[in-house]
Amino acid sequence: MNRALSVTISGWLAGRGMLLVLLLLAVFLGFATLADQNPNDPESGTELAKTWEESNVVVGNILIVVRPSEEDAIFAQAIENQIARQKGKVVEIVKGTPFEARSCLERLQKDGVKLDAILCNHFTASWSIFENMGTKFPGLGDVKIVEPASYRWPNFFKRDNLVNIVNQIAVIAILAVGMTFVILTGGIDLSVGAMIAFSAVLVARLIRDYGGGVDAQAPALIGCSFAAIGVCALMGMFSGTMVAYFSIPPFITTLAMMLIAGGMAYLISDGQSIDRVPESFMWLGRGSTVMRIPVAVVLTAIIYLIAHLAMTRTVFGRFVYAVGGNREAARLSGVSVLGVLILVYTLSGALAGLGGVVMASQLKSGAPTYGHMYELYVIAAVVVGGTSLAGGEGKITGTLVGALILAVIQNGMNLLGFDSNTQKCILGGVLLLAILLDGSRLKLTK
Amino acid sequence: MNTRAPGQSKLLTMAGMVKTFPGVKALCGVTVELSKGEILALLGENGAGKSTLIKILAGAYQPDAGEIFVDGQQLKMQGPADSRKAGIAVIHQEFSLVTGLSACENIFLARPLQTYSVIHLQQEYIKAKELLDKLGADFDPRTPCRRLSVAQMQLVEIAKALSDKASILVLDEPTAALTPRETSRLFILLDQLKKSGMGIIYVSHRLDEVFEIADRMQVLRDGAEVATTATHFTTQAQIIKWMVGREINSRAVSKKEVVGKVVLDAMGLTHGIKVKNVSLEIRSGEILGLTGLVGSGRTEVARIIAGADIPEKGGISLEGRKLNLQSVGEAIREGIFLLTEDRKNQGLFLDRPVHENFSIASLFRFAYFGMINKAREIKAFLSHKETMGIRVSTPFVRVRNLSGGNQQKVLLARWLERKGKVFLLDEPTRGVDVGAKEEIYLLLRKLASEGNAILLISSELPEVLALSDRILVMHEGQIKGEIKDVANATQEQIMEIAIQ
Repeated sequence: MNRALSVTISGWLAGRGMLLVLLLLAVFLGFATLADQNPNDPESGTELAKTWEESNVVVGNILIVVRPSEEDAIFAQAIENQIARQKGKVVEIVKGTPFEARSCLERLQKDGVKLDAILCNHFTASWSIFENMGTKFPGLGDVKIVEPASYRWPNFFKRDNLVNIVNQIAVIAILAVGMTFVILTGGIDLSVGAMIAFSAVLVARLIRDYGGGVDAQAPALIGCSFAAIGVCALMGMFSGTMVAYFSIPPFITTLAMMLIAGGMAYLISDGQSIDRVPESFMWLGRGSTVMRIPVAVVLTAIIYLIAHLAMTRTVFGRFVYAVGGNREAARLSGVSVLGVLILVYTLSGALAGLGGVVMASQLKSGAPTYGHMYELYVIAAVVVGGTSLAGGEGKITGTLVGALILAVIQNGMNLLGFDSNTQKCILGGVLLLAILLDGSRLKLTK
Repeated sequence: MNTRAPGQSKLLTMAGMVKTFPGVKALCGVTVELSKGEILALLGENGAGKSTLIKILAGAYQPDAGEIFVDGQQLKMQGPADSRKAGIAVIHQEFSLVTGLSACENIFLARPLQTYSVIHLQQEYIKAKELLDKLGADFDPRTPCRRLSVAQMQLVEIAKALSDKASILVLDEPTAALTPRETSRLFILLDQLKKSGMGIIYVSHRLDEVFEIADRMQVLRDGAEVATTATHFTTQAQIIKWMVGREINSRAVSKKEVVGKVVLDAMGLTHGIKVKNVSLEIRSGEILGLTGLVGSGRTEVARIIAGADIPEKGGISLEGRKLNLQSVGEAIREGIFLLTEDRKNQGLFLDRPVHENFSIASLFRFAYFGMINKAREIKAFLSHKETMGIRVSTPFVRVRNLSGGNQQKVLLARWLERKGKVFLLDEPTRGVDVGAKEEIYLLLRKLASEGNAILLISSELPEVLALSDRILVMHEGQIKGEIKDVANATQEQIMEIAIQ
């Protein structure tokens, strides 16, 4: 291969290599997790009722049998709504065990009700009481057991799983934005993991003590959250000041801040989990927006959009690249290097604070053990995303890909049934691979 | 290899050394010969090729052509280790001592006295003491190097060379940081070493010192040998004549007759040992040449005026208004810009695109509430590209991929876009090819004719003479002379001030 071509290829890979890795991972997991799918969502419920109507002239009397879970209840509700629209009659909805279904059928037979069909999902349709209905319950008439059609589809590519992947990485992804800023200036922020714990504990404690505890209202929750984020931003600013004005190496400064924030998290919480927060506090971490997309996912997306615009279109972004690329040249060009440094650490602190609030909301409590070792996952996401630890080179979109790669690997290994220790080993390997790709790129282009 | 050298009796022969760097021919066939018990002085202006020659001898550079013989044996130099093995010890201006280790440990760093990797501390100490005593050192070999003075560290370096059984000693500007007393002690020592049969190559700008110590002198200019002579056959004036004498190929750059009122006035600037009580003024429309040897404090003066360093004493006035600059940013807001001599390390963001390199100092012109209007930014760059003739296909290529001349033009465009009053240009044509050089000259003239005050720092005397309206010459942190009648000035005249 001629040299120019190989350089071109490696240049192309350098920009998109990690995206390629992400796609390959997705394809691999797509094949590896291929399985029979038995739909149980409202859409398939509606579909089931429609199919029933299409294949039968009269909708007739319908019994719906599902398991006693929330998901199944929604499924049943969808069927009932559709049957009503089709002018059929839902005799009853059983949400329970096979035993409850049997007693219901016996009661209906005794009352002399004729049934045309029992609409089930895949799980209830396979109950043995529905076998040989004609002999067991002759009084009900000719009853058909109907369930949604199953199909083959990778578990990995199920909508809920995909949403779940993003939802689970949300906290790390949010922190990785701040870390990208810091690493682009040639620094590092080790304090973000401890900052999560600190922020989570602080927001929980503020809600418990000042916000009204379990009866806290939205304005109080918002106020407490912003207070926690603000305090974390101040701590980040402190780190930044140490790095900028006193030239203390970022590694040391943020290591110290990690100890301080971690210790303070224990002090504030007396080492306990603080869980006297209202249900409504969970909106941020577990709530859904339109189309059942979690709030945390939307929040992450917004943060990445803003960060991407900031890095590519604003003066701030240029200055961050300038400081990381050549600090002396930046200073001699009139860039306020100290200001940029302080700002990136402040932002990193604020985003860590936000991550802590999201986590507290997800877990409906604040405990000092949250975020343990998260800084390393965050750094891993940034580095896998192609940002150079030397500073000056990297992209927010890269970090997003990096975070997604971590999430996909973790999710894929969960789906494939690896235990968490194996997962750690594999993650370590992937991290090394990513750095290796980065190194070969540098060698080829120089 | 047992090839017989042409000059067999010589201790060292470097025959026909050629070394080319991208865009510069640093050495074109220089031959250096050194006998036992001789001190040879290598002389020449900045960029004459002395450093390249020394670095080849130290094994840091590989020559493109030429052969090296030591004691008649041809030397294959792959790296610094080969050089040391051949008995060559090079003492650079920047010492190569590990400052955290003691003098003794440094002397034996490369070859410890050892048995099975266990170092004989006591033996090393005794030998180090012996060596240092012989050199007349007055400190304990166990002293950490960071606590030693420059002169003492130099002794450690020489002791290191002796312990390596070096027969050739190369000293690069050994007296630059020494007091007169230390210098005379060093000379006594060098004389002793010479008498013991060592060959010494001595590189210095200080002609009076060279005349005191050297047996022979070799003058280089533009990578070629100009003259080699025994010391007692020549004079300082003759040497200076040999050193200078480069001609500028530029068409006459017309000078402006009228200069305006004083724009920048610096009084009594003092900073460390590099800048001592420097005062200068630059008028509107004037190009003030500031020259002198490398290390004479020119760059440091510019850095103070640009706000990059804060002077211990002295102050700066801009258009009669006193400034108290605390940062580069403040100076830039006042319209004082510095084009640094070190383009790659202090000017450019090598891996960022050209347009970002161009706009970094004036980003707020292109931004609304922090958002950059890229279209305007690119448009501004393209207009500079047009007028300055920057050769680049698109503004989005990494600035690393541009030639030196185009990189320099991008940096100039950075400051032109910002529109200022005082331009401090430190070696604006270093590493720039001839064509681009001429374009930069015309640009500077135009800049001056628009009423800007320009400080031109350059080691290239023809350039300074061709462009400047007035010339200041620095030597060891002080301004040693001013040349007002530039039209009738000569390079020799400048060099005499710069050296004495």
